[in-house]
Amino acid sequence: MILVVAEQKDGVLNRAALEAVAAGQALGSAVTIVLPGREATEAIKELAKAEATEVISLEHAALGDYTADGFVQALAAFIPTVSPSLVVFAHTYQTRDYAPRLAARLDRALVTDCTGAKAGTPPVFTRQMFQGKVAADVVLEGPAPHFATFQIGAFRADAVKKGGAASPVKSVAATVDPAGIRQKPEAPFREAKQAVDLSQAERIVSVGRGIKGQEHVALAQQLADALGAELAASRPICDSGWLPMERQIGSSGQTVAPKLYLALGISGAIQHVVGMKGARTIVAINKDPEAPIFEIADYGIVGDLFEIVPAMIAALKG
Amino acid sequence: MKIAVCIKQVVTREWQVRINDAKTWVRDQDASWELNEPDAYALEESLRLREKHGGEVVVISAGPARVSQVLREALARGADRAIHVTGDALATADAFTAADALAAALKDEKPDLVLTGLQSDDQGFAQVGVVLAEKLGAAHTTIVMEVTVDGSNLRVKRELEGGWFQWIAMPLPAVLTIQSGINQLRYATLKGIMAAKKKEIRAVPAPAAAAPRQKIQSIYVPQKSKQTRLLSGSAAESAKALVKALREDARVIQ
Repeated sequence: MILVVAEQKDGVLNRAALEAVAAGQALGSAVTIVLPGREATEAIKELAKAEATEVISLEHAALGDYTADGFVQALAAFIPTVSPSLVVFAHTYQTRDYAPRLAARLDRALVTDCTGAKAGTPPVFTRQMFQGKVAADVVLEGPAPHFATFQIGAFRADAVKKGGAASPVKSVAATVDPAGIRQKPEAPFREAKQAVDLSQAERIVSVGRGIKGQEHVALAQQLADALGAELAASRPICDSGWLPMERQIGSSGQTVAPKLYLALGISGAIQHVVGMKGARTIVAINKDPEAPIFEIADYGIVGDLFEIVPAMIAALKG
Repeated sequence: MKIAVCIKQVVTREWQVRINDAKTWVRDQDASWELNEPDAYALEESLRLREKHGGEVVVISAGPARVSQVLREALARGADRAIHVTGDALATADAFTAADALAAALKDEKPDLVLTGLQSDDQGFAQVGVVLAEKLGAAHTTIVMEVTVDGSNLRVKRELEGGWFQWIAMPLPAVLTIQSGINQLRYATLKGIMAAKKKEIRAVPAPAAAAPRQKIQSIYVPQKSKQTRLLSGSAAESAKALVKALREDARVIQ
């Protein structure tokens, strides 16, 4: 049996949880879904639309706000009671925080950030290595259950198989000792009001490490102006302060799906790609022909962006 | 306060990855190496905490002989001493094996705080710091963007998805995985490099490895999900062809 661990916040289902359900269904016929939380009626109802043996609401007052210690305790006690062969999660910021500790507590193997998997005995998981430059097929060893987390977008939420009627739902009281929860979380907040909503931009020019210095950002801005595009960046550029954080695209920034996404000197690390792979047309300009960004690009130029960008500006004006 | 910083040596970002004949690892004999970037931020954060609160920064790395280079670099940036957990197999180890090796060396050190990068640029498990916390019995938080210490209490800012953050308080001892960009990195000064030559790098052998939990069957260059139209020629020619294609084929600009 495959157990899918879903995720919610304030009772609202994280859409990535449905991708994890799709992953679980692709790997085996019968999935059971468990959602840790305080009480999440709406999220449970939504999960019950998926074809599943059972949808379990694993409840405890101490699971209302996420903490690593609370979730590890609850799931380490619960998982052995249902004896799964495999436990599947979405690779979210939350599961990154607790899944490795859960696997270590149960002394079971964990594979993280998978981009795909082939059903079989044993199942074969695909994940990226070396910043996406190579992919690896890996198998997990040692006794069951094995644990796997799947990258956002690896499976599609709309690929979830639905049952004819709602799947059976039940509540299980989680075993949690609140005194053993060391993390005391405060309310989530946003640093600054997002002044720029890049998700509405039709065209985006985005710069990465290849831009080399803050003084060259103006060149990218000129290209953006010539294209009628917004300027954005990958994380290292914002970390360096060359562009403000609110223009960052990727897992820690904004997710965009413009008509045109032009990546200048961006290698295409996973953390960036998850924020822009939904763009209709992707253009990559990079000096490294092996940069992973070319794997998802519709158009590419291998070369020096400091020569190509001025030539593009000239061509657009000409 | 005693702070341990776990660092990894990885191939440089510029290095062109070549796959070995057995398709089980990369041909890294001729690679150039550097400090894993998120670990560099973890090291910098530890130096800043020591400047504020006093104490000691112990830097630790698990790997073959070559990793002494990044330990020496960390000492030059200001770490007080280093521990090298030696073992050739650690170069390709899975997360549990790496965490075991680090935990064995850290058990006697009893650090108040352990910092490490949130993941490595090579295998990118994002597991080692968290598994290490479990092995040490310490509290943990991941993807940390700010660290404040008040006596035996820690308050850290954790990054959430999509530009959200959250403060989390927890007691020491603790393990934190640090996000890139948490601070501005310092580089080694000549004085630091000279001083590092006199600092200790203690070598300890890796503990007998348990059976690996994750096995690589094969590695390969990922299949393209799209057919990329590569535009060649001079800069002017390729730029012109691209603009034409965006106007007439993709129709995404006017």
